[in-house]
Amino acid sequence: MSYLGMVTEVVPFAAHGGEAGQAYYARPTTQQTVGGVVLIHHMPGWDDWIQEATRKVAHFGFACIAPDLYFRERPGSPDDCAARARAKGGVSDDQVMGDVAGAMAFLRAQSNSNGKVGVMGFCSGGRHTYLAACRLKRIDAAVDCWGGRVIVEDPADITPARPVAPIELSAGISCPLLGIFGNDDPNPSPKQVNETEAVLKKLGKTYEFHRYDGAGHGFFAADRPAYRPEQATDAWRKVIDFLDRTIGPRARFA
Amino acid sequence: MCSYIVEKVALTGSAKAQTDWRSIDTAHVYFDHPFHTPLDHALSIDFINEAAGGRERIAVELSAETARELVKAITTALDRGEMEHAGLNQY
Repeated sequence: MSYLGMVTEVVPFAAHGGEAGQAYYARPTTQQTVGGVVLIHHMPGWDDWIQEATRKVAHFGFACIAPDLYFRERPGSPDDCAARARAKGGVSDDQVMGDVAGAMAFLRAQSNSNGKVGVMGFCSGGRHTYLAACRLKRIDAAVDCWGGRVIVEDPADITPARPVAPIELSAGISCPLLGIFGNDDPNPSPKQVNETEAVLKKLGKTYEFHRYDGAGHGFFAADRPAYRPEQATDAWRKVIDFLDRTIGPRARFA
Repeated sequence: MCSYIVEKVALTGSAKAQTDWRSIDTAHVYFDHPFHTPLDHALSIDFINEAAGGRERIAVELSAETARELVKAITTALDRGEMEHAGLNQY
């Protein structure tokens, strides 16, 4: 059962370097304390999809915050800010980690917090999630949805902004990791997902990977041809169950 | 997948958004998840004026198939127009 009442708002938070960031925040209107999730958007930015996903996580009984990783490009609409960030080559890993850490601190500072915080992301945000699990302290759960370039095969993908392949930092993972992947996805490919799993297994990390046949990249997005309703429904259940075990208990409508 | 690829090309010309014309000097071209078009990936072109700071853009998102049709149409229109303006039109 989901939690039926929620409040959503755009909130300020202390981002990387102490800058004043903005984020979309949704929380269930329960009196119980709940775990929090930082939701990391994909390359196209702080779009309708990430806001919808933020509400979905809150609907399932967690507080959820989606920081706008491109707020430094404001003023402007989210799509224009995303275009400006892209033209600069994208945001740096260090900056994103600082923004995510700031969003985590925001969640823990709220009166509804049970003290536990997870991180979840899609596509490039999935890569950032893996990186956050490796680099940030006090993460209680990580959900990587089809994050590409965790394993870097093209040397051109190593840049000053993204200087290290996340897989190289895997020893630092300090929380349970859930991975959601489509077997028709070229990035990350099934081969790369297997290689990532082999590293996690070798390092003795706590993880669970779920791979879906008949699904490719971004199969949660109901407004795109890649949407796979059966696989997406099952995967969302796995995400919520995982978060319930790691940062829960989640709020349920009585 | 998300890509960081941006092809940049210098332009001479203008673009119109709603009622206002503006000078442009650059196009950013990329192929990634679109913001508005309900496709998995789209060819996006941002027309901007870098000399004026490059913050405002006039943008299009096109399916890969129709983007290629647009490329052909641009080439065809250029070929026909240049012939006509050079007085080489046979009609």
